[in-house]
Amino acid sequence: MPDQMTILAPEGMLGYGIPARSMEEGLKRQPDALAVDAGSTDPGPYYLGAGVPFTNRRAFTRDLATILEPANARRIPVLIGSAGGGGGRPHLEYTLEVYREICRERGYRFRTAVIGAEVDKAWLKRQIARGRVSALDIATELTEAEVDRSARIVAQMGVEPFLRALDLGAEVVIAGRACDAAVMAAPAMRAGFDRALAYHMGKILECGGAAAYPRHGSDSLLGVIERDAFIVEPPNPDKICTVASVAAHSLYERSDPYRLALPGGAVDLTHTRFEQHTPRAVRVGGTRWVPAPAYTLKLEGAARVGFRTLTLAGVRDPLLITQLDAYLDNVRTRVAETYPPDGYRLLFHVYGRDGVMGPLEPVREIRSHEIGLVIEVIADDPDSSAAILALARSAALHVTYPGRKAIAGNLAFPFSPSDLKAGDAYEFNVHHLVTVDDPLELFPIEMVEA
Amino acid sequence: MRRTIGEIAKFVTSKNAGPFLLTLDVVFPDEATYRRFKALGALDRATVARLYGIKEDDVLKIIEFDPAYAMKVTLRRPWSSGAVGEHDVYGAQQHVPLMQHTVPWQEA
Repeated sequence: MPDQMTILAPEGMLGYGIPARSMEEGLKRQPDALAVDAGSTDPGPYYLGAGVPFTNRRAFTRDLATILEPANARRIPVLIGSAGGGGGRPHLEYTLEVYREICRERGYRFRTAVIGAEVDKAWLKRQIARGRVSALDIATELTEAEVDRSARIVAQMGVEPFLRALDLGAEVVIAGRACDAAVMAAPAMRAGFDRALAYHMGKILECGGAAAYPRHGSDSLLGVIERDAFIVEPPNPDKICTVASVAAHSLYERSDPYRLALPGGAVDLTHTRFEQHTPRAVRVGGTRWVPAPAYTLKLEGAARVGFRTLTLAGVRDPLLITQLDAYLDNVRTRVAETYPPDGYRLLFHVYGRDGVMGPLEPVREIRSHEIGLVIEVIADDPDSSAAILALARSAALHVTYPGRKAIAGNLAFPFSPSDLKAGDAYEFNVHHLVTVDDPLELFPIEMVEA
Repeated sequence: MRRTIGEIAKFVTSKNAGPFLLTLDVVFPDEATYRRFKALGALDRATVARLYGIKEDDVLKIIEFDPAYAMKVTLRRPWSSGAVGEHDVYGAQQHVPLMQHTVPWQEA
């Protein structure tokens, strides 16, 4: 076992941009692996459900090429987790397509492992029947009907499929949905470093430069793991890691900063110490691993709910703004006269009132001289959605209200055409844990040439 | 004298913690400020529930995190991120009621 190992996370999200200087400085530290997370549920359910990436293809290609260049020249292993964002089958295929395009153009050759993470519905129903599925954060138990309703279900792999892929001799690992921390932890754990420290370091590295100040722009982060601690440091000379910046990162997007649940156990930060190691680097130790009684994987699924059409408009007239609710109720009634309200959803987003916070908004009265209005329709098919939205838009433009002076029209439209097709709408409908006997069971590994 | 949490803290943020939870972080500039704020006991489930007009049961956790001089509040989302009727897919603009909440505070 080596005394230390260096992992470079070039960026927090594949496709968000790698500063050239950071990459250059990071590579000077002779990293043993380049590891990057490519996924998130943050952008919402559409990307998982529809099977499309949430990053721009040109940016994604540029970043991947930036990582593969030193990987090729110096033979540094590369690990990519949650490929294509959602980490499902089409997301993996998309990533492989871009990857092969770069390798072909530049003459790179890597032994490549591809790890699937999409969950077979029939298998999952059997696990429900066996009582192996439980709800996470929500009270709803998973039913067979919900499984059928899902457009796609993925499971977040732990570190084990990455370890197997590296054992098979992979130089590049392209994995479907994965725990963010596992991507960076895998090379360290394979070299024999402590599981809790490796996962904790991985959890900080997976957001790239987010654990360094000043916190702006996509950037890189270096992690150096030792036997009893790890050190994080930004390669960008204009940034620093402080105890505050690294400790605060433990809060990010998590419900409990002391405990990070992972397959097979949890990383426990109760006794973690953060120390300023150098003016730019922080040393972290004391993190513990708490094994769980069962090995569980997190499931994520998204279901299609319909087709979304919307229009954007502004209201300036104070006579209308003071009676906005009655006006919107009137529009809804007019639409319902033609389209009975059980087959679609008609929604009004009122910016200037509660457009940002909805039911959580404590300010109920309108204090603005103008209002932004988004009218949204979700119906089963695109034609119905467009027809209902067209009627709602025209009713909103022309219905009258008490004291109306502006009889030519109620709305200011910024665009022509006014009605926009937003595409299929999805919702997250699976957010559960499944117990498995074998950490590799759901994640087929295929070795391919690239 | 009263001050808003936003005036006392260095950061007040909101963000999804997974698609079904919303987490609010209040990070203080130094240990002394953090300890003074904690000693007030100003952030409890009833207060947070009132600020957001939700049930106390939907305020799931309030955690003090000493290493970052921070307090974390986790709420159940009214619906899952991006579901029909969503206003804030990332949950990044739900911090204001907490930021504008006032507490008794004498300048040190």
